[in-house]
Amino acid sequence: MKQLFIFVRKEFYHVFRDRKTLLMLFGLPIAQIVLFGFALTTEIKNAKIVVADYSKDIVSKQIIDKIDASRYFDIEKSLMSHDQIEAAFKEGKIKMAVIFPENFNKNLLHTNKAQIQVIADASDLNTAVTLTNYISSIIGDYQQQMVKNVVLPYRIVPEIRMLYNPQLKGEHTFIPGMMAMIMMLVCVMMTAISIVKEKELGTMEILLVSPFKPLMVILSKFVPYLIISLVNVTSILLLSWIFLHLPIKGSILLLYAVSLLFIITSLAIGLLISIVSQSQQSAMFGSLMATMLPTLLLSGFMFPIENMPLPLQIISNVVPSKWFYIIVKDIMIKGSGFGAIWKETLILVGMTVFLLIISLKKFKIRLE
Amino acid sequence: MKAVTLNNITKTYNKGTVLAVDNLSFEVEKGELFGLIGPDGAGKSTIFRLLTTLLLADSGTATVDGLDIVKDFKTIRKKVGYMPGKFSLYQDLTVEENLNFFASIFGTTIHENYELIKDIYVQIEPFKTRRAGKLSGGMKQKLALSCALIHKPSVLFLDEPTTGVDTVSRKEFWQMLKRLKEQGITILVSTPYMDEANLCDRIALMQSGKILSIDTPANITKAYDGKLYAIRSSSMHKLLIELRNYEFTESCFAFGEYLHITFKKDHIDHTNALLSYLKHNGHTNLELKTIEPSIEDCFIQLLKQ
Repeated sequence: MKQLFIFVRKEFYHVFRDRKTLLMLFGLPIAQIVLFGFALTTEIKNAKIVVADYSKDIVSKQIIDKIDASRYFDIEKSLMSHDQIEAAFKEGKIKMAVIFPENFNKNLLHTNKAQIQVIADASDLNTAVTLTNYISSIIGDYQQQMVKNVVLPYRIVPEIRMLYNPQLKGEHTFIPGMMAMIMMLVCVMMTAISIVKEKELGTMEILLVSPFKPLMVILSKFVPYLIISLVNVTSILLLSWIFLHLPIKGSILLLYAVSLLFIITSLAIGLLISIVSQSQQSAMFGSLMATMLPTLLLSGFMFPIENMPLPLQIISNVVPSKWFYIIVKDIMIKGSGFGAIWKETLILVGMTVFLLIISLKKFKIRLE
Repeated sequence: MKAVTLNNITKTYNKGTVLAVDNLSFEVEKGELFGLIGPDGAGKSTIFRLLTTLLLADSGTATVDGLDIVKDFKTIRKKVGYMPGKFSLYQDLTVEENLNFFASIFGTTIHENYELIKDIYVQIEPFKTRRAGKLSGGMKQKLALSCALIHKPSVLFLDEPTTGVDTVSRKEFWQMLKRLKEQGITILVSTPYMDEANLCDRIALMQSGKILSIDTPANITKAYDGKLYAIRSSSMHKLLIELRNYEFTESCFAFGEYLHITFKKDHIDHTNALLSYLKHNGHTNLELKTIEPSIEDCFIQLLKQ
């Protein structure tokens, strides 16, 4: 037991004396939060638009005020000719143009029908779709207010509620995804590199020719990165709570328990990579290939798995971060208890046990 | 009981394509300082790795301290000390931390076996808070030896411990080995330096996985076949070419500031004839003398056979 403690302490010396690694280990979560939380948000705020009001009546005024009041839009100029609008689009100054034709209110009152032309810059597809959705809902809102007292014969009004994330905040999906990515990166890469380093230095030969059991070597390599990862989980949760106002709806204890499980999965992957690679470079490259790509592409965090072709959907099932991502999303955002996530947890447990058994069996107690 | 025995050990790499150790058998007595001498690729490190249970032999058996290297590998790992050729310690740990770490890995403390490493450790103790990566080659080697010794092994395996170390440190190192031997530790040491061979009790001269000769250094030089001469002149390069073409020359090679030369057996004494031949060819400052063969001379002769 004392041996294990001394070995773990040695590992911590390695971590704390390598400033660059240390910065990467603890700076990574902060950098990611800033990057994803503020810079790479999918939400659109203060999009610049122009409004051309040829009618200038009370209804068009009210709608324009409503648009202006929303935090999504910034009205650049109020009146422009069609040519001017086109020029503004070409210059990339504006994202959307809203045009009220002449006699807007009159048409509405007399024919019960009026049109608003919405022109969006679809060279940026996602922005265009999001903005037109915003504008439709603003107009829809106004329309509902208008006809509140009038009884129409037939009306179907879809009552839309965005469950768990009513404000459609991007943070809700990226925090769980980021947790998966950071833990994978730290655990897999650091474990793999630190074991391969011992091989490269020749110290692994000494460790093998000693009474110290190979299993203990592995355990000693696991402990520091497990602790560091738990610190990282805490810092991610704290940062997202303080800066992105993302509360944890479910049980924190359950969240930590699942994180611990996922950390062990990652450590086992790292061990497996260290067994097959002979140099630190190949360990690093292997870790990146085994963690970053699948986590980014196949966990559902960046791209919805439902939209992928069937073969990719099937492959995504063997990516551990996919299951972790689902579990964390359920706990943090839906506030689910263990009852709702036991299936995914069981899959993750199965993967972990499988990986651990394979890597422990493959771990070489000799040099070849 | 012998400290180490090897019986017909063969080891190949890359699925049998590279032969590293070729049907090798030898024994090392308890308390002996035994040297494996040979150039790179002779199979020295492979033998050490086989004996320290890091590799499995293709065929043959071997024992360390009476224990089988395959069956009893766990016990052997507790009893031997090993300093690998590329051993470089933990560069980012201090001298003391390195020693402490290896002591505890072997289930002991610096304090417990301090007597054993005292002679060596006092020399590096002033630098005990320095990181191992910042030590000089000689100090690194002393620290590595301390680490390999800290658990009082019964057999010590040192794989090329003096490679890349300055001459003074090398001398000191061999003195340390002598003292360790006096404490009853069996030491197997490998080296590519022939001049270190005389410092061993017994040596095995190795080449391409085979032992050319195994005996005490004195017996090996005694077994040298024929008479050996050293010769020099003012233009050594010309001399070497001419001597190699000389009809009675058996072998001739550069050795320090002299050329070592042997003659064919049926011509017993033709030194005078040679000297006048060389003078005729324009050599000045000629010097020719008979010398005692060194281990290296023996090695070269053995290679030719």
